[in-house]
Amino acid sequence: MDVLSDMALDYTLRTVALGSAALGIVSGALGAFAVLRRQALLGDAMSHAALPGVALAFLITGSRAPLVLMIGAALTGWLAAVAIAGIIRASRVKTDTAMALMLSVFFGAGLVVLTFIQRRPAAGKAGLDKFLFGQAAAMLESDVITMASVGAVGLLGVLVLWKEFKLLSFDPDFAATLGVPTRRLDLLLTSLLVIAIVVGLKTVGVVLMSAMVVAPGAAARQWTNRLGVMVTLSALFGAAAGVLGALISTTAQTSTGPTIVLVATGLVVVSLLVAPARGLVWTRMHAWRSQRILALEAVMSDLAALAAQHSSDATRPHDIAALHAVRGRALVDRALSELAADGLAQRHDAGGWSLTPRGLAEADRLARLRRTPSADL
Amino acid sequence: MRLRTGNALAVQATDLTLAYQQRPVLWDVDLEVPRGVLMAIVGPNGAGKTTLLRTLLGLLRPAAGEVLVFGRSYLEQRGLVAYVPQRGSVDWDFPTTALDVVTMGTYGSLGWVKRPGASERSRATAALEQVGMQDYADRQISQLSGGQQQRVFLARALVQDAEIYLMDEPFQGVDATTERAIVDLLRALRTAGKTVVAVHHDLQTVAEYFDQVTLLNVRRIAAGPVDEVFTEENLRLTYGGRVAGIGGRANATPLDMLA
Amino acid sequence: MTSAQIDVLLVAVVVAAACAIPGTFLVLRRMAMMSDAISHTVLLGIVLAFFVVADLNSPVLILGAALVGLLTVVLVEMVSRTGLVREDTAIGLVFPALFSIAVILISSLAGNVHLDSDVVLLGEIAFAPFNRFAPFGVDLGPIALWVMGAILVVNLAGASLFFKELKLATFDPALAAALGFSPALVHYGLMAVVSVTAVGAFDAVGSILVVALMIGPPAAAYLLTDRLPRMLGLSVVIGAASAVGGYWLARLLDASIAGSMATVVGIAFILVLFLAPQRGLVATARRRRRQRWTFARQMLLIHLATHEGTPTEADESRPDHMQRHMRWPPEFANRVVHTATERGLIDLENDQLRLTAAGREAARQAALR
Repeated sequence: MDVLSDMALDYTLRTVALGSAALGIVSGALGAFAVLRRQALLGDAMSHAALPGVALAFLITGSRAPLVLMIGAALTGWLAAVAIAGIIRASRVKTDTAMALMLSVFFGAGLVVLTFIQRRPAAGKAGLDKFLFGQAAAMLESDVITMASVGAVGLLGVLVLWKEFKLLSFDPDFAATLGVPTRRLDLLLTSLLVIAIVVGLKTVGVVLMSAMVVAPGAAARQWTNRLGVMVTLSALFGAAAGVLGALISTTAQTSTGPTIVLVATGLVVVSLLVAPARGLVWTRMHAWRSQRILALEAVMSDLAALAAQHSSDATRPHDIAALHAVRGRALVDRALSELAADGLAQRHDAGGWSLTPRGLAEADRLARLRRTPSADL
Repeated sequence: MRLRTGNALAVQATDLTLAYQQRPVLWDVDLEVPRGVLMAIVGPNGAGKTTLLRTLLGLLRPAAGEVLVFGRSYLEQRGLVAYVPQRGSVDWDFPTTALDVVTMGTYGSLGWVKRPGASERSRATAALEQVGMQDYADRQISQLSGGQQQRVFLARALVQDAEIYLMDEPFQGVDATTERAIVDLLRALRTAGKTVVAVHHDLQTVAEYFDQVTLLNVRRIAAGPVDEVFTEENLRLTYGGRVAGIGGRANATPLDMLA
Repeated sequence: MTSAQIDVLLVAVVVAAACAIPGTFLVLRRMAMMSDAISHTVLLGIVLAFFVVADLNSPVLILGAALVGLLTVVLVEMVSRTGLVREDTAIGLVFPALFSIAVILISSLAGNVHLDSDVVLLGEIAFAPFNRFAPFGVDLGPIALWVMGAILVVNLAGASLFFKELKLATFDPALAAALGFSPALVHYGLMAVVSVTAVGAFDAVGSILVVALMIGPPAAAYLLTDRLPRMLGLSVVIGAASAVGGYWLARLLDASIAGSMATVVGIAFILVLFLAPQRGLVATARRRRRQRWTFARQMLLIHLATHEGTPTEADESRPDHMQRHMRWPPEFANRVVHTATERGLIDLENDQLRLTAAGREAARQAALR
């Protein structure tokens, strides 16, 4: 309640929350495509490569206006992406190497330019070093408007070319046979990813912005099997991580970028664990349950086989030492006690186990089920 | 753009030559596919079968040669050609459903920006039915078996309502049901006067499933009706000495040799 | 040159050499981005170890960093093994998270210690000479030189002792496993070396330059040779040269030394990319142009051979057919026909190109290739 009333009152908090929401929506929605297109690490390379662009834009224009710096960042980030693609196409250097190389070289060049800025007498260096780790608290209303407008361009691009981007991401060769200009479309989608990155530079910083591109998409993928839902969820997760992280960092006085990234990572962890159908908790539980049922069925069929060897009395007790030896003591004992609880097996006073008449019937039914050819896949 | 069929050959490729870094993959390959036939492209690994298909589709640029579709260039007639890629060529964990993938086959006729509507979806549903997959329309594609995924790809090509279907190893790793379904589909396409060119690797079934065959090993070794062309001699030429070593009976048919 | 400058250069060369060795294997194993991930996350190891020993100069810090480097690898594998996200996404999730924890922990220490995440990322090699190793009051040079020298020796020894295992596990992991060399052990061993090298180096040059020095020189060397020992040697040489060049560039521009070194690594790579004798873009373009003629001549011969004795031969063998079907411009086609005739491979009679015996043989050879 306190936070809410604070938000309504506090200009800084409101600005921070709005800006972080805008950045989260944009990077989440566009990042979803990056995750699907295996460009998670390209985002990392591009965000590091934005540093020289920011520095150069400031050095040349002397302006710290967010739009100017964003354009500079986008240019070098985009250039790095093009260089990576060019190196891969023109030489035998592989994708991972090209990315790591361009990432570090562009970042290094950025450092060189930063030292020029620091040397200038009237240096407004302050503000630029915030681009490393971001600072939400320094956000102004004009920043928010710029971020939202630039981001809206990116979102609009995805919305208009939705069908084409979906096809390109899923099956580019098929797209080409339909007459879609895949090379140009690919470049366009990569350029939109640059937008997603530069929008968050001031808040999250160049070093960690890649996580904001990857994490919401990776989390959203776990909850749905539809691209539309995934992109929407990814935008929401991005916004949630942005707002929550920015508010925590502003109130707890921690660095904004790392805080937002940790909130986003938390969303991913929760999604990986509990998302319905895909979540590890459910799949593990499902695997465990089917393993248990298999064990029950195996022990039942073993007992039925023993009973069949002594056709005179199907329910006479059998020594289960052989079962223990073959299937393991713990598994057999647990299965037997569950079967006994269900009235399918019985322990005889003289020692030894057998199926009950009902258990025999059930084992027979299962055996027949196994013999019928299962539905064709 | 009006698409024409006319009386020309469905597919006519002449002198296709393609090299990766000066290593020839296709050398002066001609291909004539009459309308309404089912043609298999057969050859050993690395023979350029997939490359030939991708060249026909304009996905690769040949160093020489040209591809005509019903007598006009492929680029003009693209709308007449449907493509069924190899199943392994896409990421099946992509968040989409079987119906959605099939609907992608309508994107070509939709044009830019416009979204698929009810009519596109009903066409896609009909195509799914045609391959016996209507019950799986809303399944996420990774939850389908290999054969079912292959049938989804076939349905996507069907929905394109093309005249020519180019398929890359449609029988690769599918179950018996799917294999039957694909064979039925191929025959239905032939009955409807459509043309199919498929890369095929199972020599045992070539004669049963296809009318014509092109034997390829970088160069075209032979092409024509299966019963004329699919001979021991031609297979030996295509596969080098390897095939001959397996069988060895004097008048063995190709199928016996490989058994 | 002052002795401080010599010290800086020495440290830079040793760092470059120490980075190039594990970097070569990262590049060959297509794990270059792990250097980026690890060089970020080792910071967490340093911070955590610092909480334990409260001493920035303790060797425990290096141990902590190495452990967190390995933890990074393990976490990435764990996340990607769930099958819920792909490996690149897993890397993109794990390292920013660990790095974020480190940055937040450091800022909570703010002011108390000289440990600053900016410095970790950017490095300041210019300070290296002032931190001396002087046991019992005897000045033995900068500490950074001793630390990196030790790491270089370890890397060199490791690479030569386990050369066979590394090579096998890199090029044929299945065979390595079959022969009893655990590829997993080699993998984790390499990652431990990457972590230790990264932590040793970043104090001097910053983590981003660690990436540049680990990946750039091996990437350039990869374009220069096919042999692993030579690639290792070239990587060391290119790395050291870039470090020295970067130092002088920094002096010239009066700019960040680490940044200049990374820039020079990039320039060195681009030079190699264009000028490498065999695989360089210039050499490739020149070779392509030369081979275009050979290739065209072969195409002509094979085309004629294919249609020799077929009903369409008369049509397929007309000189103007070549222009049409091979999409050759007329003068190009004429020149191909001309050179082929000159070499006695074909004859022109009655507007028909015919293979000579030599031409037939050449076509057969070309088709067999």
